[in-house]
Amino acid sequence: MIAKYTRNLPVHLVLIAAVIVFAFPVYLAFIGSTWDAGTISRGDMPLTPGPDFVENYTNILTSAQGVRTKGIAVLPLLWNSLQMALAIAIGKIVISILSAYAIAFFKFPFRMFFFVLIFVTLMLPIEVRIAPTYKVMSDLNLINTFAGLTIPLMASATGTLLFRQFFLTIPDEFVEAAKIDGAGPLRFFWSIALPLSRTNIAALFVILFIYGWNQYLWPLLVTTGREMETIVIGIVKMLSTGDANTDWNLIMSGTMLALIPPVAIVILMQQWFVKGLVQTEK
Amino acid sequence: MERRVIFNNRILPYFLLAPQIAITLIFFFWPAGQAIYQSVLRQDPFGLRTTFVWFDNFQTILSDPLYIEAIQVTFTFSIAVTVFVMVIALLFAVLADRQIRGAQTYKTLLLWPYALAPAVAAVMWLFIFHPSIGIVGKALNTAGIEWDYHLNGIEAFILIVVASSWKQIAHNFLFFLAGLQSVPVAVVEAAQIDGASPWKLFRSILFPLISPTTFYLLTINLVFSFFDTFGVIHALTRGGPGRSTTTLMYKAYIDGYVNLNLGLSAAQSVILMIIVSIIIWVQFKYVEGKVHYT
Amino acid sequence: MKRALLVLTLIAVFALVACAAPTAAPTSAPPTKAPVVEPTKAPVAQPTTAPAATKPPEATKPAAPTATTAAATKPPAPTATTAPRPTPPPGRVTVEFWHGLGKPLGDILEATVMDFNNSQTKYYVDAIYKGSYPDTMNAAIAAFRAGKAPNIVQMFEVGTATMMAAKGAIKPVYQLAQETGVTIDPKTYIPAVRGYYSEGGNMISMPLNSSTTIMYYNKDVFKKAGLDPEKPPKTWTELRTMAKQIMDTKSSTCAFSTAWLTWAQFENFSAIHNVPLATKANGMLGMDAELKFNSDLHVRHMQLLVDMQKEGTFKYGGRDSAPEPLFTSAECAIMHTSSGFRANVTLNAKFAWGVGMLPYYDDVPTAPKNSIIGGASLWVMNSPGRTADEYKAVAEFFKYISQPNVDAKWHQSTGYVPISLGGFDNTKASGFYDKNPGADIPYMQLTRTEPTENSMGLRLGDMPAIRIIIYEEMEKAFQGQQTAKQALDNAVKRGNELLRAFEKLYK
Repeated sequence: MIAKYTRNLPVHLVLIAAVIVFAFPVYLAFIGSTWDAGTISRGDMPLTPGPDFVENYTNILTSAQGVRTKGIAVLPLLWNSLQMALAIAIGKIVISILSAYAIAFFKFPFRMFFFVLIFVTLMLPIEVRIAPTYKVMSDLNLINTFAGLTIPLMASATGTLLFRQFFLTIPDEFVEAAKIDGAGPLRFFWSIALPLSRTNIAALFVILFIYGWNQYLWPLLVTTGREMETIVIGIVKMLSTGDANTDWNLIMSGTMLALIPPVAIVILMQQWFVKGLVQTEK
Repeated sequence: MERRVIFNNRILPYFLLAPQIAITLIFFFWPAGQAIYQSVLRQDPFGLRTTFVWFDNFQTILSDPLYIEAIQVTFTFSIAVTVFVMVIALLFAVLADRQIRGAQTYKTLLLWPYALAPAVAAVMWLFIFHPSIGIVGKALNTAGIEWDYHLNGIEAFILIVVASSWKQIAHNFLFFLAGLQSVPVAVVEAAQIDGASPWKLFRSILFPLISPTTFYLLTINLVFSFFDTFGVIHALTRGGPGRSTTTLMYKAYIDGYVNLNLGLSAAQSVILMIIVSIIIWVQFKYVEGKVHYT
Repeated sequence: MKRALLVLTLIAVFALVACAAPTAAPTSAPPTKAPVVEPTKAPVAQPTTAPAATKPPEATKPAAPTATTAAATKPPAPTATTAPRPTPPPGRVTVEFWHGLGKPLGDILEATVMDFNNSQTKYYVDAIYKGSYPDTMNAAIAAFRAGKAPNIVQMFEVGTATMMAAKGAIKPVYQLAQETGVTIDPKTYIPAVRGYYSEGGNMISMPLNSSTTIMYYNKDVFKKAGLDPEKPPKTWTELRTMAKQIMDTKSSTCAFSTAWLTWAQFENFSAIHNVPLATKANGMLGMDAELKFNSDLHVRHMQLLVDMQKEGTFKYGGRDSAPEPLFTSAECAIMHTSSGFRANVTLNAKFAWGVGMLPYYDDVPTAPKNSIIGGASLWVMNSPGRTADEYKAVAEFFKYISQPNVDAKWHQSTGYVPISLGGFDNTKASGFYDKNPGADIPYMQLTRTEPTENSMGLRLGDMPAIRIIIYEEMEKAFQGQQTAKQALDNAVKRGNELLRAFEKLYK
């Protein structure tokens, strides 16, 4: 046992170093959420927690009555973000797994054409097509609606590409066996392809949830009220203070709160990774 | 790359594709088509005066020596980010995949920083690397190593590569891990019993099995480093010092989003799309042929 | 096939549910209630909840102001605006106002808007945050192109040329005043502000938040270096001598730095020395203006900075506001930056500090003139289906914010300069400047002379890009890759190309 442990020591060291490097910005944000704004903006912040933890989080959670406008009413913002992120992640996975299945398992006219069509969506970020996109949204009467907020973000080339790559690795024998058993394409999808994609779905879900969670420009553009304001908009609002003081402490505590749902998703989805492992082991 | 065995159904695939194609057409192609049309127009931001100028915008941009400079920066940057990200992420994924104690904890700890909002992540880099208020920046200067990315182009470039990679490494790690986890344990164990060294195990068994994932990530990373990194650049260096961190996308962003020269910016987007399309086409043609599908 | 239909039905239902469940009605009909907000929050604007506690940032100096000043300078109650945006009361003429101010300034702005809404019962201004200035500008342009522009949009000063050229998209303020019969008197504004946003003596946009660049200095370091802490450098010669003394006595690790290199050392430098940054009165008299900032004086000034950097008395700290922490962290003893930086220094500097006007070259006979402003102004946007009532509402709102007491309150709570003569007088009478020494310096610097055609303001297309070009070329000079003269010649050449391209857009 001890021998096994020491043999793995270099591995542990590398991983510990990696964790330290990776988590450092987050650790710093946490430390920042326990100090006052001045200490942070002067660059005087030490690497240990400070005395203002309770005050900062109380401020950010209660939207600060008092000296001056400070926090943001975080809870409704978190709820909005959660709805948006879930809708985007689930919608994107459903849509892209179906299209990838079509492209990988069927042969039909214009197949590659459709694939390319989907693929190029990777290549024009929203910043360069902002005016025409807004026009389409407004023509469809989707400005300031939940559908307008989420559906345009669901067209995912990444998801389709990932699932296509994965589906291509499913051995031909599986398909042949299914055909011999008389199973149709949808049966095969449901009982073979989908379960096999589990780890990939889990990975993609994590990525897409975070992608949706961190959207900034799009929600700002298509919503014109506070009813749909998200946590990221709330944080950016505190960041872009112009000439005024930046409340670093509150930004950091807001950031820490905003981390909770995505981290919960990461931990939750790890179950799926394990299951995927067990499943292929049989 | 195609399957040999497929299902025969004439209508079903169209139904399966329909939702994605519909969304893509309405919310991407319609507006993108207009954006591309924009590239042959000279138009004020509000769309009040429009002149059709053929390829004037393209001529302007391609005859600009600074644009050529930005192409060089972009390619160096993209290659640096892609290689750096994939090597590190694969290393971590292989290590975290090993049956060692605390593997689960490592996985979680390596992943969740990814959830940090990009706007905040950019600020955190400032608090780490800023020469006078950043923890690491201050330490470097105190130690006598001159660190000032506001004036040193190479340092600025390194900083941008590191900051952009940080986010992408977590992303890559996740998919490499997903790929490795779907490799049957029995296969690995069999190889170990046969006395394969860890390197041999990786090279001849694991790597071929995750090569579809690798190919997917290669494509994604390249596209990411071309299009999705101007947030980091904007927050940290604004393309400077000089033009040492001005990438093609950052230039298109400034020209279109800040200066509102829509025609010129659209022309740059079109050129960018052409460049990336060529790269991806080459990738599909030559690299995917080497990707090992079961 | 049955299963196929089932799956498709599910997708269709999913899509339908998503589409059919808008959380809010389209913009033309604001929602009657906000679904996901806390309904128990206090309604907006209860101005007198805690006057002593809501003291303005300007007044947060260690020596706390007495209760009387706090009462006299009673700011709007911004706290309440963190509550959900209230529903426009039915029956009121409602106009949309998109702004680009984050926290806390945006909250103070929204509180001012609420004060207006509560001051009468006919009109209602709905203030909405739309991201940074470029975000707001892009959102407004996209909305205009879709025929849904907001009634009012806040735009940063470097976008002035673009907005002014957009005839048809905007309604000039003087026209608004004529058409609605509401008096908006340009003469109430200080000339440096009025001039920036006027054309041929007519106000085009409504001034709101303005600042200028001034000098901050660390009195503790001055003392340590044997300098008189009450006498900041008046001229560049003095500044260099003092900087040398600071370095020689090792009183600080850095003597001098400047934020906003372009705004402070080019735009304001030109105004203060009465030399053109560009021809045609810096572009105010026509789009065919040409950049002139490679004059002997400009080259001399940039060469000074390069020389000072070499001798170690000047430190280049990055673009825009990036160098500002160098001052608050007590690293650099002198900093040139925005007047709005004051609140930050007040809160964060752990040393005695003072402010002064920007230095000048005393051998230039035309110096010193007034400096110019930065900041943003409000633009009235046209859109299909606008009613006369809506324009009237906008005009009434503008009239409201142009009152001296509103301006004074805005100035004191935000740290922007007073933009009206009345706003300044009002603030002075309240004793605000006695409690906050030096807070009147920006105003004094802006108004010390009548603006000339070189110190009226700027109206150059692609100004954000020209600023970037100056940064790029000067950074190369600071790295020793080219001389100051080469840098300025290159910048002028590249900038002029942009100006010609901009001109072409409107031909």
